[in-house]
Amino acid sequence: MDQLLNDFSPGLFIMQTVILLVLIFLMVKFAWKPILNSLNEREEGIQGALDAAEKAKLEMQNLQADNEKLLQEARSEREAMLKDAREIKTKMIADAKEEAKSEADKMIVQAQTAIESEKKAAIAEMKQTVASLSLEIAEKVVKHELSDKDKQLELVDQMLGDAKLN
Amino acid sequence: MERALYSIKFFGLLFSLLFTISSVANEVNGNEAQNDERINTEGEIRDYIQHHIKDAHDFHLVSYTNDAGERVHVGFPLPVILVGENGITTFMSSEFHHDTNGEVVVEKNGSRFVNFHGKIYELENGAASMIFDAEHHPTNASRPLDLSITKSVFGILVIGLLMLWWFSSLARQYKNRRIPKGFGRVLEPLVIYVRDEIAKPNIGEKKYRKFTGYLMTVFFFIWILNLLGLTPLGFNVTGQIAVTAALAIFTLIIYTASGNRDYWMHMLWMPGVPILIRPVLAVIELVGAFIIKPFSLLVRLFANISAGHIIVMSLVAIMITLKAEITPVGSTALSFVLALFISVIEILVAFLQAYIFTMLSALFIGMAVAEHDHEHDSDGTPEHTDAEDVRADFI
Repeated sequence: MDQLLNDFSPGLFIMQTVILLVLIFLMVKFAWKPILNSLNEREEGIQGALDAAEKAKLEMQNLQADNEKLLQEARSEREAMLKDAREIKTKMIADAKEEAKSEADKMIVQAQTAIESEKKAAIAEMKQTVASLSLEIAEKVVKHELSDKDKQLELVDQMLGDAKLN
Repeated sequence: MERALYSIKFFGLLFSLLFTISSVANEVNGNEAQNDERINTEGEIRDYIQHHIKDAHDFHLVSYTNDAGERVHVGFPLPVILVGENGITTFMSSEFHHDTNGEVVVEKNGSRFVNFHGKIYELENGAASMIFDAEHHPTNASRPLDLSITKSVFGILVIGLLMLWWFSSLARQYKNRRIPKGFGRVLEPLVIYVRDEIAKPNIGEKKYRKFTGYLMTVFFFIWILNLLGLTPLGFNVTGQIAVTAALAIFTLIIYTASGNRDYWMHMLWMPGVPILIRPVLAVIELVGAFIIKPFSLLVRLFANISAGHIIVMSLVAIMITLKAEITPVGSTALSFVLALFISVIEILVAFLQAYIFTMLSALFIGMAVAEHDHEHDSDGTPEHTDAEDVRADFI
């Protein structure tokens, strides 16, 4: 301890204190402050760049999601349109079929009525023809019958015989 | 391939060095009768090591004896600045002619100075030389305030200027580029290391900024000076107790000045303990904060670095002390291997001590500025049941 105290040099202590004070002051002013500021600035810059990249990534993802959504929407719209078209097609076909059928039915009905009226007319004509034919035949028969006088008289007699006077 | 060539060259150089040294040792062995300043005996080695770990007034690199038998010292003198009884006196240390035994008297400004074991004494009026008492203390001389540019002060100045140059050039680089190049690229991770591993975790994210300047200055100051001490230039700055004391007192002043209400509260009137124990705790805390903490800081650094220097020099001295037992080549090889091994460890210690000093300084500052987000109850019920929680609060 005695030697330690003896070795302690007050002059060196003072010099060291003064030099260290000056050194700390100069180092802080000319070295540490600008260095630490630049380091902090740089680190903040790096952090900012990283954050910006992260943000850009997120935005990109959002954009992609949006695109995906749009695409999905377009796809579903197309799907719906196709479906509609298909429906319209089936409906049109069905409608056409329906119309054709009703038209055909109508035509059939018309044809049937026409046939009916034709038939009636034909029947009526036939009846007329049959009647006139019958009349002719009857006329001829009557003529023929009336040409034979004896027979006529006989028939009149017979008829008279049958007809009892009441 | 190139690398292998380099290692071959390196080891070749090492071995040639080894043989040169051992041949010198051999030569010294042959001239043992000579009574000069050569270091040959164990006592001389001990004195030499003692001399080395102390501060010196001149920058001495190497000494040798030339063909004419004269001792030649290679180095350069440093200015001596003394505040003695007759005011400020300045002269160059070369006026002592490398004498450290108090024999050469320098008369300046009406005062007479001698250099005794690296310390400058001012002789009393009428004294022609130093007179010692039984314990080898000088009786007729006083020590003036020695503000000389000693070897340590010179080292401090050189390292201070180097640090200023390196780090301010790094700071300037940031004006033009965001990532430094060249040597700045080496310094930047060290700065970030001190900030992220020492300042931030110990002081806290919010307040670290104010103290980082001091912590970084101290860290690089100690580390570079520790490393400088491992060079053959013979600096031992961080092994000077005055230097480590100044550093520790800086830390003491900073954490005392920045201590907040909680810090003083915990120190002077510890909440959560019975009233009667509080004064006792206050005494213990005060002793801890003002004596033990700075003392541990200054002694740890001083002792580690001094011990490292003594060990390395002692291992180098094996070359001389074991020369008789295992031949000069053997002793040189042994001392070389051991000194190399310890030097590698010392490089680690150089960093470690700088780290520990800075880390503890940051820890003490962190304890002084720590925010306690809870209010202590006035009736003294313990806030923490777990000692680990209390510790975690401080860290």
